[in-house]
Amino acid sequence: MSLKSKLHDIKEKYKGTKMAPAFNALHTFLYLPNETTHNGTHIKVADDLKRTMNTVIMALVPCLIFGMFNAGYQHYLALGEIEAANGFFGASFWSFDNLILGAWQVLPLVIVSYGVGLAVEFLFAVIKGHEVEEGYLVTGMLVPLIVPIDIPLWMLSVAVIFGVVIGKEVFGGTGMNILNPALTIRAFLFFAYPTWMSGDKVWVHDAVNRDQLIAAGENVDAISGETLLGFYAKSGQELTIAGTNGGSEIITTYGDRAADLYSYWDMFWGLIPGSVGETSKFLIIIGALFLIFTKIGSWRIMLSTIIGALAMGLIFNGVVGAGWIQESSKFFGLMNVPFWQHLIIGSILFGAVYMATDPVTAAQTNKGKWIYGFLIGFISIMIRVFNPAYPEGVFLAILLMNVFAPTIDHYVIQGNVKKRMKRLKVKTA
Amino acid sequence: MSKDIRIKKGLDIKLVGEAEKTTKPVKASSFYVIKPEDFHSIIPKMLVKVGHKVKAGQAIFHSKLDEALLFPSPVSGEIAEIVRGAKRKILEIRILADATQEHHDFGKKEVAKMSGDEVKAHLRATGCWPFIKQRPYDVIANAEKSPKAIFVSGHNSAPLAADLDYVLAGKEAELTAALTALTKLTDGNVHVATKKGGNSPLANVAGTVSHTVSGPHPSGNVGTHINKIDPVNKGEAVWTVTAQDLVIIGEVLLTGKFNATRTIAVTGSQITNPAYVTAIAGASIKDLVASNINLDNTRIISGNVLSGKQQAEDGALGYYDNQVTAIPEGDDYEFFGWNKPIFNKVSTSRAFTFSWLTPNKKFDLNTNTNGEHRAFVTTGTYEEVFPLDIYPMQTLKACMYADLDEMEALGMYEVAPEDFALTEFVCVSKQPHQKIIREGLDLMLKEIG
Repeated sequence: MSLKSKLHDIKEKYKGTKMAPAFNALHTFLYLPNETTHNGTHIKVADDLKRTMNTVIMALVPCLIFGMFNAGYQHYLALGEIEAANGFFGASFWSFDNLILGAWQVLPLVIVSYGVGLAVEFLFAVIKGHEVEEGYLVTGMLVPLIVPIDIPLWMLSVAVIFGVVIGKEVFGGTGMNILNPALTIRAFLFFAYPTWMSGDKVWVHDAVNRDQLIAAGENVDAISGETLLGFYAKSGQELTIAGTNGGSEIITTYGDRAADLYSYWDMFWGLIPGSVGETSKFLIIIGALFLIFTKIGSWRIMLSTIIGALAMGLIFNGVVGAGWIQESSKFFGLMNVPFWQHLIIGSILFGAVYMATDPVTAAQTNKGKWIYGFLIGFISIMIRVFNPAYPEGVFLAILLMNVFAPTIDHYVIQGNVKKRMKRLKVKTA
Repeated sequence: MSKDIRIKKGLDIKLVGEAEKTTKPVKASSFYVIKPEDFHSIIPKMLVKVGHKVKAGQAIFHSKLDEALLFPSPVSGEIAEIVRGAKRKILEIRILADATQEHHDFGKKEVAKMSGDEVKAHLRATGCWPFIKQRPYDVIANAEKSPKAIFVSGHNSAPLAADLDYVLAGKEAELTAALTALTKLTDGNVHVATKKGGNSPLANVAGTVSHTVSGPHPSGNVGTHINKIDPVNKGEAVWTVTAQDLVIIGEVLLTGKFNATRTIAVTGSQITNPAYVTAIAGASIKDLVASNINLDNTRIISGNVLSGKQQAEDGALGYYDNQVTAIPEGDDYEFFGWNKPIFNKVSTSRAFTFSWLTPNKKFDLNTNTNGEHRAFVTTGTYEEVFPLDIYPMQTLKACMYADLDEMEALGMYEVAPEDFALTEFVCVSKQPHQKIIREGLDLMLKEIG
């Protein structure tokens, strides 16, 4: 008896029982089911939700792999053990040591994210008697990419359980949720464990650990892992860097230090500290092109988010240009960033391509997608500039617009409804 | 006033098994089956009993709500069986056909001299009224209400559909008579849309407004034409008649005989030699396909693959259908079918599906759903194949939560289930769109009327 018929027999045996959804979920991963059409259309397109989700995962894989290398690279670079890589193909970046360290840190995040998230999904499917839905396949991949590298795994587990249950299952599962589950998880982490989600210690592997060791009196070098947004937010302030290996102290400003450390190309290629998978703008753009080509991601949302971000950036540049804001203002640093540079610092591109485009939580009408995306970009940069505690607003902006997406759709659809009403009035008049 | 309608949003599904343009002789069926479910929302009241002899055109039942709405026997013969289901619902009326057909004589009419009411009364008396359907609700037209316009589609763009230019050739006299009759039934226009560049006998008939259509399916759907030419508003009705039924109406008017003979396209990859045959409505499909079919794990459909009805091997041709399709059943598992690259199935995405590389390839699709039923997730895919000025997903959802006000506002008066056939085909979540719309329309019919 072949595997196919054996599995078929098990499926028939457990049909209608509580465990059927759990078995079917595993079975359908191996085999496309033998279900046929009844009435209605007798033929169907080749695509199903699994294929759709799988396509998004494939678009994320380059970011994940890059994130592993970058985790190792940032760590060794901060320790001064390797030279800064020169461009995307720099030898000191694509080294085996970087990968080993990165994989050792990142893979547990992936495993915990999928393990915990899918366990919750299976549990709900079995309790509620519906099939296990595919939504978490993408969420589970996104989560490790948008958290700091050293986040404790128990924290991640708690956040994933919260995100899946409160963000999705209470609404009825995939397709019914209002908020993007991955961002719900991110937001939970941010508000529940803020010290682990912001500051200059969490973005490079071992920085927190070393800080604690130093506080305990051990003799190790500190690692600082400020993100670029952090640098820019404080760009006018003075910065003192303790000399390492007997070097003398350097006194500079945050802004100058950022310029010393990273070139625009570093930001574009992604050779900077940040959440695991969001640093490489280059790979995100490749992923975006892939999603647009496969027609899985909405180019309308991606494009309009970028337009919105640029528009807000231009307005801030205008404010600086007009002299309405003093250099001493705490908002000056980020306002002064040239508008186009907002796209290569922070996670606006990652958010636009992989988060804002989630079809369930985004606006659903084509016109609505333009408005929705534009406002995400616009508000992201606004929060980025005006939020002194944590200079990144993308996830907050997307969550906010998730809530407003149905309202946007409502007004777009009212346009269509009004057209119909007008037609009726013309007729009866 | 001729207009050209160009449809951009849509999808031509190219399948193996297109009918060759020859009409092959087949032996006439000995059994004919009339299914009341073909006449949606009609509750039949029998006029004949088992054993009664009927002539072709003689009424065998009428609507429970309207005694004058008659449903005729397509053939002369003996009522062999009335098959009933749960609660004694009539499922089938089986008629054993005579060897030589006798037609009830309704008398020849000169349409040009008839008034609207006379035409209406004559069509009802001859059993031709069920050919006239109405929007809203996609049911047999309410004769008491005057339609603002009547629409006839002279183009069938569904997959493997019968080529109307071919099957209507030589029927000019009947078509003209029937269209003239239709012009008497409305104060508005009779709109006839034909394929651009085609050679349809329906084009430019005096008294009608001719349009040409081009573009992918559903450019031939009458619902598309209504939406582009004169959409239905609340309180209004338009009537529709299919082109081949016009021939039957025309023949009744010209000769006095009810002759429900059509040229049927026998299509699909399981048919050995796809071609046309002539048959009478309700004919046994077995006789139509004879030995021309591969019956090994085959789905037989009366109608096209998008909106037709599944039939058993010994099933019958639907009352309105002019096509029989046979495709393979897809009741098998496919190893890693959800993530491996796919070349042999149609897809509108490019997610490792490669039908976009071969736009002219003819596919041999089976009945597998290619995935499991899910909640609505993706957006924007329906809009790509849906040319009506209506929001398809929002309309479907309004039907699912039965919000009558919203259904009305979103344009349910304008649609029929077949308009949602393509969105159902492309649906990643495998939702039964046509069923959702049908149930929505039924609810509106019941609550609003």
